[in-house]
Order: sequence, then structure tokens, then C-alpha cells
Amino acid sequence: MSGRGRRARWLVVVILAVVLTGTWGESTLWAQPTDAAQDGFVPMDEIPPEEELPAAPLVMTAYAVAWAIVIGYLWTIWKRLGNVEKELADVGRRVSAGDRAGTGA
Amino acid sequence: MTRFLQVVWLVVRKDLRVESRNKEMLVTTLFFAVSCVMVFAFAFVRGGRAVDGAAAGVLWIAVAFAGTLALGRAFERERYQDALRGLLLAPVDRPAIYLGKLSGLLLLLAVVELVVVLMVALMFQAPLFEHPFRMLALLALGTLGFASVGTLFSAMLVRTRSRAVLLPVLLYPVTIPVLIMGVSGTNVLWQPEPDLAMVQLWTSLLLFFDAVFLTLALWTFEPVMTE
Amino acid sequence: MTRRLFPVLAGLSLLFFVGAPVLIVRAPYESTMGLVQKIFYFHFAGWMAMFLAIFVLGIASIIFLFRRIRSADQLAVAAAEQAVIFGLIGLITGPLWGVKAWGVWWQWDARLTMAVILELILVAYLLLRQYGGPGSDRLAAGLGIFAMANVPFLYISTEIWRTVHPRTSVVPTLPVDFGLPLWWSVAGFVVICLAMLSARRRLEEQRATLDELYLALEDEA
Repeated sequence: MSGRGRRARWLVVVILAVVLTGTWGESTLWAQPTDAAQDGFVPMDEIPPEEELPAAPLVMTAYAVAWAIVIGYLWTIWKRLGNVEKELADVGRRVSAGDRAGTGA
Repeated sequence: MTRFLQVVWLVVRKDLRVESRNKEMLVTTLFFAVSCVMVFAFAFVRGGRAVDGAAAGVLWIAVAFAGTLALGRAFERERYQDALRGLLLAPVDRPAIYLGKLSGLLLLLAVVELVVVLMVALMFQAPLFEHPFRMLALLALGTLGFASVGTLFSAMLVRTRSRAVLLPVLLYPVTIPVLIMGVSGTNVLWQPEPDLAMVQLWTSLLLFFDAVFLTLALWTFEPVMTE
Repeated sequence: MTRRLFPVLAGLSLLFFVGAPVLIVRAPYESTMGLVQKIFYFHFAGWMAMFLAIFVLGIASIIFLFRRIRSADQLAVAAAEQAVIFGLIGLITGPLWGVKAWGVWWQWDARLTMAVILELILVAYLLLRQYGGPGSDRLAAGLGIFAMANVPFLYISTEIWRTVHPRTSVVPTLPVDFGLPLWWSVAGFVVICLAMLSARRRLEEQRATLDELYLALEDEA
């Protein structure tokens, strides 16, 4: 790529960067979100007690799932690593056997 | 710089010439977009009245779907007789090639959108001509954002297996912010009394997105396309 | 280097993981939500680990794309998988908390939408790696960069919506009683993320060696 081409590319990048900062400075960008986002929060603590779900199973499930996913994922890594290493040893043997045959001939 | 623009123009002209010979992309994409809007009209217009807020969504979904179709075709064409390799071997800036392909696609999508917007306005009774320039800005920026990512991705996918499936799979998640901004902005604009500050906000967010993603695409196009 | 680092990381994550429940159980109950709020410690930590993984994915992709360093690409694959895993933890623990606090499992609220979309992008990355075939590594690196660049946009574009999800800005203001188990869990998740990252990278390394050996074998034949 020519030096001129590189300059042209960087010029485009700089122009875009200017546009970008211009938009960033747009004050409406930051004035709007905060007030629009906040007023939707409704705490649900006024539900009658008989309709409430027991919390303990939910907490237990959440932690069990987190542990299960991590352990399950580790197990798949271990399994895949074992498979690849077995294949690696197998192919390595074949390569060295081939080498010996090659030099012998 | 002039040489850079010249290359862009040459690529656009090449694409336009190919297109003018058989008009395959224009006709198929247009037909697809129209049938897309029709399907949504059957689904969302009940008893002569459209579901609230459906129009903006339908418009942008039609644009996104038709855009994906066009993106796929635009680079499929470059595969014939290894045209892409020839293009990349030319002693010109890679980003110029990217911009040329992007401009060609934008021209095509502009024609498609003209029809789609009019159709949506008709079928969903959207107040299209209340704020024509704001609508135009939203559409132009949204399409640019979608097509800038899309052009890069479909160019990258040219040499891969199962590219027809992978293009939408990769493109939609990444461009969801564009669709969110486009749909939200259009939705606000088509309210009986639009909150113009909100429309302004979505438009400037789109501009920001376009700037970042276009810069990223120009930056990554060369290393991605180098063998 | 990774091989010596892994036992250290594994030991540390075990320590954190065994310690975390103790601290979490001893933490006081939150006044409005009660027991169910305790999901928060793993939920927040899971998302922090996911953001770390996305960050690693993006940086590694940039390095691979511009410097063509093979190991950066291997790191990127590993990071993408970690991000999906921790995102999954966040996506599952979230509704379990939400069903109690909000009364519904799922809501198309800003933060939740963003979480799902991020997970989608990362799954798309893994799909590309799986089905892209030869030559898809540079393509995947491009996607990795775009995935990282998308995070702030998703953050902004969903933040403007009305949201029921607590804002992240409450986290630094938490009292020590809540803060200690929280940061303990975050540290635990970050360490285990790094440990799995290095293990997963090792797998990718071995696969590359295997491919090379196969090529050598073909050359001989």
C-alpha cells in the first residue's frame, strides 16, 4: 500500500473522528436519558403475602445453576483437552514412525 | 485524496453498470421488500386499523431484511470468475474499494426505501409528511449504519463456507442497536404529537453509531481482506 | 507460562468459591427484597466476568488482526466462550431474582434486552468459529472487534428506555456489609474466568499443534 493511500485512509478516519466528537458534544444526548430512565421503577413489595413466592428455592437454584455451569464447562474443557491430547500422542507416534521409515529407505 | 475518491467512484460505476445490464438486484430486492411489508400488513392490520406502533417496526424490519438480501448478492457477484481477487489485486486503497461497494449498496437501498416508506405510510396510515427531513435523516443514518457493518461482513464472508446462512446470523445481533435507534426514533416521530427532542436524540445517536462503525470498518477492511 | 499460572489461578478460584457462600450467608438481609436479594452477589459478579471476557476478546482480536499473532487468536476464541458461559449465568440467575422482585420471569426492559443481545452476538461469534471453515479466523477477529465496540451502544440505546432493573450506579454506594461479599464474589468470578481462559487457550494451542502434525503427516504421504 502506498504512503499516499495510507494518508488518505487516515484522513477519512480523522474526518469521522471529528463527526464523532461533534455528536458526542450534543448536549441532548446526556440531558435526556437520566430523567426518562428513572421514573419506571416500581417496587413490588405491596403484594399480599399469600401470593408471594418463597425466596429460598430461588436463591438455591440460582447458586446451584451458577456452580453447575462453571463445573460443567470445566468438565467439557477437560474432556476436550483429553481427546486432543490423546489424538496428539497418536499422530505424534505416526509422524515419528514415518520419519524412521523415511530415513531407513 | 482525489485519487481515493476516484477509486470509490470507479467501483460505484462498475457496480451501477453491471446492475443496469440486468437489474437483477434492484428488481429482486424491491420485490422482496414489498412482499415483506405485505406479510406484515396481513399480520398487523386488523379490521382496517393497524396495531399501535407497528408501522415503525415494519418499516425497519423490511429495510433490514431487504438490505441483507442485497448485501448477499452484492458480493456473490464478485465471486464469479474471481472478480473479487482482481479487485483486491488492483493497486488502489482497500478502504476505497469498501467505500465504493458501500455507496453502490446505499444507492440501491435508497430506491428500495423510497418504495417501502410510501407503502408503509399507505398501509399503516403513518403521518409521513409531517416532518419529512427528520424522517429522511433517520432513514439515511440508519441505513448507513446497517449497510456499513453489512458491507464489511459480507465482504469478509465471501470466501467462507455457508455464507448465505452466516451473514444474517452475524449481522443482525451486531446491528441491533441501529434497529433499536431507528425504530424508536421513527416511533416517536409518528406519534400524533412527536417529542422532537427525543427524535433529535435518536438521530444523533445514530450519527454517532455510524461514525464509530464506519471508522472501524475502514480500519479493519484491509487486514481482514488480506490473504 | 500458562501452565505454571493455571494451578495458582485454580487454587485462588477454589478459595474464592468456597469462601463466597460463607460471606454471602453472613451478609445482612436487604430491607425491601429480603432473602432473594442474595442472588445479586453471583448475578452481578457473573456479568462483571462477562464484560472482562468481552474486553479480552476485543483486544485479542485487534492484536490478531493487525499483528497476526496466532496465540492472540487462540485467546480470542477462549474469551468468547467464557463470555457466553458467564452471560448464561447472568441470564439464568436474573429471572430467578426477577420472578420474586418484579413478579415476572422476564421483561423486555432495557438492561435485560441488552444482556440478551450481547449473548446473541457472542453466540454468533462461536457459530462463525464452528461453521465458518478455513479462513474464518480473520473474519472472526473482525466480528470480535465489532462485538466490543457494540457494548457502549447497547448500553446507551437501552439505557434511554424506562427500566425496572436497578441501576449499576448503586453498586459503589453499597455499605460494607453488602460490599465485602459482593467484591469477594466479583474477584472470585474474575479469577475463575482467568483460570478457565488459560485452560481453554491451552486446548486451542493443542488443537493447533495437532493440525500442524496432520499437515506434516500428509506431506510425508
